[in-house]
Amino acid sequence: MDSLTWIGIASIITSGLTIAVGAIGPALGEGRAIAQALSAIAQQPDERNTITRTLFVGLAMIESTAIYCFVISMILIFVNPFWNHFISR
Amino acid sequence: MDPMSLRDISPDAVILWEWRGLSLNATILFTWAIMAILVFASWLVTRNLSTGTKISRWQNLLETTVSTMRKQIREISQRETDRYLPFIGTLFLFIAVSNLFTIIPGYVPPTGSLSTTAALAISVFVAVPFFGIADQGLGGFLKRYVQPTYLMLPFNVVGELSRTLALAVRLFGNIMSGTKIIAILLAIAPLIFPIFMHALGLLTGLIQAYIFAVLAMVYIGSATRAQHEKEAPVEPPSPGKERAKNDPRKENRKNG
Repeated sequence: MDSLTWIGIASIITSGLTIAVGAIGPALGEGRAIAQALSAIAQQPDERNTITRTLFVGLAMIESTAIYCFVISMILIFVNPFWNHFISR
Repeated sequence: MDPMSLRDISPDAVILWEWRGLSLNATILFTWAIMAILVFASWLVTRNLSTGTKISRWQNLLETTVSTMRKQIREISQRETDRYLPFIGTLFLFIAVSNLFTIIPGYVPPTGSLSTTAALAISVFVAVPFFGIADQGLGGFLKRYVQPTYLMLPFNVVGELSRTLALAVRLFGNIMSGTKIIAILLAIAPLIFPIFMHALGLLTGLIQAYIFAVLAMVYIGSATRAQHEKEAPVEPPSPGKERAKNDPRKENRKNG
């Protein structure tokens, strides 16, 4: 097999692994964050606005790790630099 | 129908018009279209404002939008000022409108391009020292970087850069993933399912606009707050805030 085939195989497998593993961690983290925020709102409904806003900002922070993984897997599939390098040669 | 093919990851690649090295891609076109729509709509609505009890529904829309943004900004920055409203409000309105217009067929959201989101994030990156220095002076602003000890200097600088990157990539990734998922669904199950993802995309787009504006405000607030926290206990509580807190009807209405 030539190098192009190997790059194709490695890119597809790696992009799948990237999004799979990268979705697990943020999912667990966001679940914990939401559970804590819900119990906090249940205890102190008056502070709902502050808690909700902080929760959203925190979720965005946690979620950005998943987004990084997604962007990397998209790059590997759509605009793979190694693939383009060997194609252009 | 869809100007962006499945293989294009960014609307920058969609060249609509080319002339002597000048090329017009979808990002530029739709960015200017949104700016024109925002300016024209605001001009149209604010042309004849009324201060009476009877106001037009468009004026009502703008008033609600602006007063909500002002309230949120005041809650986050914890001070009674309208200084941040033009910047934060513009960011929010531009991102929200550009994400919500995805229901129009043939439209490609410019926020799904890394160049647009990087430009927005860089403007936040520049605005933080701008507001910080205007508020505390150059020395007061720079002192924040060495705040606990001088050891923290590199971490603070790297944090400043990485959060700008995160701001850009977060918005880009969310919107790009939305358009990509719809494109993939159109290829494999084009009948009903793309509609649900479109609806989800509208929700995500609005939340991302909110998050972008809130994060920008949090960053600016953290650059301007150090002095403010020392003064805070001395300041008497403002009457507006007290009333809002003591009025239970307001809370209930928001719940319903």
